[in-house]
Amino acid sequence: MTAPASPPTKRDWSWRSRHVRGLLYQLIALGLIGLAVWFLAHNTLQNMRVRGIQSGFDFLSSPAGFDIGERMVPYESNDPYWMAFLIGILNTLRVALVGIVLTTILGTLLGIGRFSHNALVRGLCYAYVELFRNVPILLQLLMWYLVLIDGLPSPGQQVSVFGVFYLSNGGLSYPVPVWGLGQGLAAAGALVGVVLAWLWARRARLHFEQTGQPRPVLLPAVGLVIGCALGGWLAGGAPTAWSIPAPGGFSMEGGSSLTPEFIAVLLGLTLYTASYVAEVVRAGIASVPRGQAEAASALGLSKGQQMRLVSLPQALRVIIPPMTNQFLNLTKNSSLAVAIGYPDVVSISNTAINQTGRAVECISIIMLVYLTTSLCTSVLMNWYNKRSAIKER
Amino acid sequence: MNAASFRPIAPRAAPVRTEGALPWLKRSLFSNAPSTLATLVLLGLAVWWLPQLISWGLLKAVFAPSFEQCQAARGFGACWGVVTEKYRLIIFGRYPFEEQWRPLIATVAMVAALVASCIRVFWRPWLVLLWAAMLALFFGLMFGGFAGMEHVATDRWGGLPLTVLLATLSIVLAFPLAVVVALGRRSKMPAIKTLCVVYVELIRGVPLISVLFMASFMFPLFMPPGTSIDVLLRVLVGITLFSGAYMAEIVRGGLQAIPKGQQEAADTLGLSYWQAQRKIILPQALALVVPGIMNNFIAIFKDTSLVTIVSLYELTGAMGLALNSDSDWRPFKIEAYLFIAAIYFIFCFSMSRYSLWIERRLSASKNR
Amino acid sequence: MPKKPLTRLALAAVCATGMLATLPAHAGKTLDAIKARGQLVCGVNEGLAGFSAADSQGKWAGLDVDVCKAIAAAILGDANKVKWVPLNAQQRFTALQSGEIDILSRNTTWTLTRDASLGLNFTGVTYYDGQGFMVPAKLNLKSAKQLKGATVCVQSGTTTEKNLTDFSRANNLNVKPVVFEKQEASTGAYFSGRCVAFTTDASGLASIRNKEAKNPAEHVILPDLISKEPLGPAVRRGDDEFFAIAKWVQFALIEAEDYGVTQANVDTMMKSDNPAVGRILGSTEDTGKLLGLDKNWAANAIKAVGNYGEMFERNVGPKSPLGLPRGLNNLWSNGGLMYAPPVR
Repeated sequence: MTAPASPPTKRDWSWRSRHVRGLLYQLIALGLIGLAVWFLAHNTLQNMRVRGIQSGFDFLSSPAGFDIGERMVPYESNDPYWMAFLIGILNTLRVALVGIVLTTILGTLLGIGRFSHNALVRGLCYAYVELFRNVPILLQLLMWYLVLIDGLPSPGQQVSVFGVFYLSNGGLSYPVPVWGLGQGLAAAGALVGVVLAWLWARRARLHFEQTGQPRPVLLPAVGLVIGCALGGWLAGGAPTAWSIPAPGGFSMEGGSSLTPEFIAVLLGLTLYTASYVAEVVRAGIASVPRGQAEAASALGLSKGQQMRLVSLPQALRVIIPPMTNQFLNLTKNSSLAVAIGYPDVVSISNTAINQTGRAVECISIIMLVYLTTSLCTSVLMNWYNKRSAIKER
Repeated sequence: MNAASFRPIAPRAAPVRTEGALPWLKRSLFSNAPSTLATLVLLGLAVWWLPQLISWGLLKAVFAPSFEQCQAARGFGACWGVVTEKYRLIIFGRYPFEEQWRPLIATVAMVAALVASCIRVFWRPWLVLLWAAMLALFFGLMFGGFAGMEHVATDRWGGLPLTVLLATLSIVLAFPLAVVVALGRRSKMPAIKTLCVVYVELIRGVPLISVLFMASFMFPLFMPPGTSIDVLLRVLVGITLFSGAYMAEIVRGGLQAIPKGQQEAADTLGLSYWQAQRKIILPQALALVVPGIMNNFIAIFKDTSLVTIVSLYELTGAMGLALNSDSDWRPFKIEAYLFIAAIYFIFCFSMSRYSLWIERRLSASKNR
Repeated sequence: MPKKPLTRLALAAVCATGMLATLPAHAGKTLDAIKARGQLVCGVNEGLAGFSAADSQGKWAGLDVDVCKAIAAAILGDANKVKWVPLNAQQRFTALQSGEIDILSRNTTWTLTRDASLGLNFTGVTYYDGQGFMVPAKLNLKSAKQLKGATVCVQSGTTTEKNLTDFSRANNLNVKPVVFEKQEASTGAYFSGRCVAFTTDASGLASIRNKEAKNPAEHVILPDLISKEPLGPAVRRGDDEFFAIAKWVQFALIEAEDYGVTQANVDTMMKSDNPAVGRILGSTEDTGKLLGLDKNWAANAIKAVGNYGEMFERNVGPKSPLGLPRGLNNLWSNGGLMYAPPVR
């Protein structure tokens, strides 16, 4: 017996159909938004024509004409604007990446410290979190900058540590190796060592899953990295040239230095975000049922092993999404560095706006930069989240 | 009874006290070697550092507004004289000196209304009327221009009243926007959903400072030639759009926590979409998200410090203004910073305590 | 609210189009707008002593402030009918372009880029200046060319940054600029010793040294002026009428000094038989009519702020706290550059 033919669907274009109403609402919403966008664009173009303001992204290839105090790649003042923006982006990424690493370490330690048996340690972690969470980040950045500038000696009377590190309110100078073939080979050797260490860790894990015998992982990995780096360095002729900072004229000659602006931004952002990360970690560890910790103790695992093998992996599930948020917040808060003179992308964009008058273009560049960074971080953390998720049946 | 077979057993040791101060100290501070070490190190640091702090901050500090005394005490005594001398400029900004009673009353009224909204007893319909009256009083006092009070334009407003105003108004205005955007994001109509998603993700992906720059630099270009928008209004629009995006996510989280059965039951009863939202879904969802909204309020309160960068002198900016042009008091900036950090701390800490309390109260019905 | 959804939608559409239709569609003429408003909106510096600074009662004073007061007196007859809008270096041009202010009188340097591409017109030069450096006296520096590799504090968004770079490149100095958003942050960093030198216009250096240094004698302003900085007010393009008014008020103040008309003797000079003075003050000829102003436009302006020389002496001259010499800002007849086209 064949199934009866389904009745022909009658397209009901009457007002009563939810489908039709939905279509109409969407058309109206799109229409209104389109009208608003056209209105704004029309006004902007009209304003710009009346005032004689020029527009377009062609200014990016004209010479910038201003110097930048801190840069990671070589830059001359008559390099084009897009190069200046690139320097700004690199500065932002530099402070964001270092800040993320430091804040994760500090925040995790504080979060775990909230569960300590010692009442003083617990109280100290709680006081830290409450103190740093409730004061605005801009105020903290300004205070750290003031402390660094006023508290450190002026460049004429710098403090020297071991004769190779110099600290003053002009920055922290440290020696760097003179980059040559030997150092390049050492770096390549270190990379090779990292790959070998990863392969070793994988093999050790497979061996453990098959036979149940644990193999040491940490020490051999470290040994592999150091050994390969050493091998590369020896292959390059074992060079030992270092560039040591020495006081000369108005600034240090030789070596490399961290400016007080960078240090202040890094300190302020790290300490502020660490208080939020500590709360996230605490909530994550608290979400693991107490029975897990008790079962781990019953099995004879030490407190450290219990935290590392039982609590933290389960807590990661709860920790990662809010942690992503905190990383994004740190990156976005780095835009406040413009208030204390660190040349991040917002600061460069401000100078560009004032010199070229192209406010719309420069602000859209900043927004694009931050949107891209946010999306990349979200994608990366989502991948890590899926990987560390507990596969439930 | 045989006397010889009765052998009394040795008395057991007295039970060890597990309650009381000393056992607690032993358990929590000296339980094992690392813990003892940590306790000794921390106590050592406290013993070395606390007396110095108290001496600097209280004992040898200068409270009088005299900068000669401050200069003399430099290095070993805090100069709280800078606060005594400049507190009116810091708290009220550039508002005319003789009229500063007006922002004082206005701020107290607004803070009182906020506190009243937090107490459950006041959650009645006439709270809306109270808010309307308070807003009328606030703007009436700040603008002036009637009953003998001179008119003060918005560019003179500053300090704490501006901070409280920006934070409160942006949350109040962003709330309906957030509810609409959250509902739109959950709707089945693709165009509306896309619009809401684009708005939320765009605003959440950029820092507040770029939204403020856009509002203060580009908003005038967006308007027809000849119109001029007040700076305060521009900044308010920027902060409202910003907080609206974050609140939309919070409200959406609350909406997701409502079981689907509620919507299905509303459909069964024949309620239209808006009737179901108004009578069934939103009341439950909004009760769930009150702690989240409080957290957002705290975050926006702290973020108002950023409007300094677009030259509106709220608390942080007013402090900069007070000290920068006065070279006598400028070396004592750190004490002024500590003063406004303390103000922010008091406000934000009380709000976060309240948020924790309300969360416990609202979920009390669930934790039986 | 009508119950049927279609009616509700129609109502909403009508309201929306109605709203759009009532928005102003005219590009307002600045002079008409000022007269209708009864107030001149003047963009000034947030606080630069001698040029535009507000005291704690909110009264503004300075050279740039006096220019705006003179224009307000010429148009509206009352120098106090001005709304002061303090602007930082980043906002100043957008505020003028967008119509938020009528005139920007904020020690702004007249350059090609600003004149040609920002939609503004500069009305003249009120102060001929140059960019200089301030260094601590104890370094015993004699010239800016000795600043090899030095850190220099500078404010962002100004021609100062660009000039510093050009000077550094031309003399192979490799200076390290430390760029701050706000002026007070950059001066604060210099006075704390973060930078070896501070650079801005020489008049600004004098003002800052006087106002913000704990001991002004501990800082010297180096003699080199590394650039030309003609400072003057600017108006929007597209309104030649207001442009002419702003220009000629300034020229009238300079002409007044040429002919010896001061704030005190305006009324007596009205009766003078010098035909040039009569034309300026409007007692013999009505030049105001050609500009769209009242015939006593220049007399009102001079009564409000005095002639150019008095403005200079009061705000930045040798007897003022800034102590700057007339130098290039003297009249052409005294060897300076102030030469106004004749009011006739």
